[in-house]
Amino acid sequence: MLDLFKLLRFKKETPRDVAKERLKLVLIHDRSNVSPQFLEMVKSEIIKVIQNYMEIDEDTLDIQLTKTSSDDGERVVPALVANIPIKGMKNAGR
Amino acid sequence: MGEVIVITSGKGGVGKTTTTANIGAGLALLGKKVVLIDTDIGLRNLDVVMGLENRIVYDIVDVMEGACRLKQALIKDKRYEGLYLLPAAQTRDKNSITPPQMVKLCDELRREFDYILVDCPAGIEQGFKNAIAGADRAFVVTTPEVSAVRDADRIIGLLEANEIRSPKLLINRVRQDMVKRGDMMSIEDIIDILAIDLIGVVPDDENIIISTNRGEPAVTDNKSQAGQAYRNITKRVMGETVPLLDLNGSEGLLSKMKKLFGIKPA
Repeated sequence: MLDLFKLLRFKKETPRDVAKERLKLVLIHDRSNVSPQFLEMVKSEIIKVIQNYMEIDEDTLDIQLTKTSSDDGERVVPALVANIPIKGMKNAGR
Repeated sequence: MGEVIVITSGKGGVGKTTTTANIGAGLALLGKKVVLIDTDIGLRNLDVVMGLENRIVYDIVDVMEGACRLKQALIKDKRYEGLYLLPAAQTRDKNSITPPQMVKLCDELRREFDYILVDCPAGIEQGFKNAIAGADRAFVVTTPEVSAVRDADRIIGLLEANEIRSPKLLINRVRQDMVKRGDMMSIEDIIDILAIDLIGVVPDDENIIISTNRGEPAVTDNKSQAGQAYRNITKRVMGETVPLLDLNGSEGLLSKMKKLFGIKPA
């Protein structure tokens, strides 16, 4: 019976669900207080670690706090996305 | 020694002033000696919500500047024994007083009153800093909207940063019919997100507008559902354990019949 109801609703999210999801996301941003300086700090630390193992292109390296869908595809979750172009491996890494 | 409670929210228009007026009148009805302080300098409103606008002679800035004694600025509410109002100044701004002055004022009032309720202005600037300066406890008012809950979250963070520990949440203007339809966030949704304790929930109620028009707090109205909610909150402020108001009381005949026959409302 309950499943039938779900089917009839075409799995449409209610305004209540939408509000909750949007609020959760906006609060993650607010609470983490992600200033550009904060991201710069994260970025420089990541560069330091990765450079021990590979040569990377620092100029085109990009780090962002963004959203993505969760593994089950039902929710939107925050994500730290880093795009790090690799120029080559260092010998120490082999 | 009295207790200083600040009523705050971040966002404007969620019901801070109405809440202050109702809890204040409610405490006075239960025999407590209460003073309400309006710290919204430049945009004062607690006086009109209380129906005391015609009796203002001196205000909070006059007290701070020494233009009058504190006792002269306190307006005695003749309808409720033990209830007083210290109005805000209307033609000045928030920078007319400072947090240390507020601390001193609150300490002075603590000796005379059981409860000092501070009505905080919207925002997080000077007015907010003044309002929270002397407070022992804080009630954060919000409504079931994304913007209001977001601002409440910010305010909770700022209160904790200012060492006002474990603020309590008041959720205002809840419409249980909308929650049931999936059109509004529920009490549980909001608590889940903000992760703080509740002091109470007030349903959306026309009687609030009527009572505000009259300048008589709804807490005295026995027919008002919001009034009942405020009476419950008042008792909780005094430390009593009162169960949350059943917001399903206003449902229609059809859903009552369905319930009677065991049919779950969709």
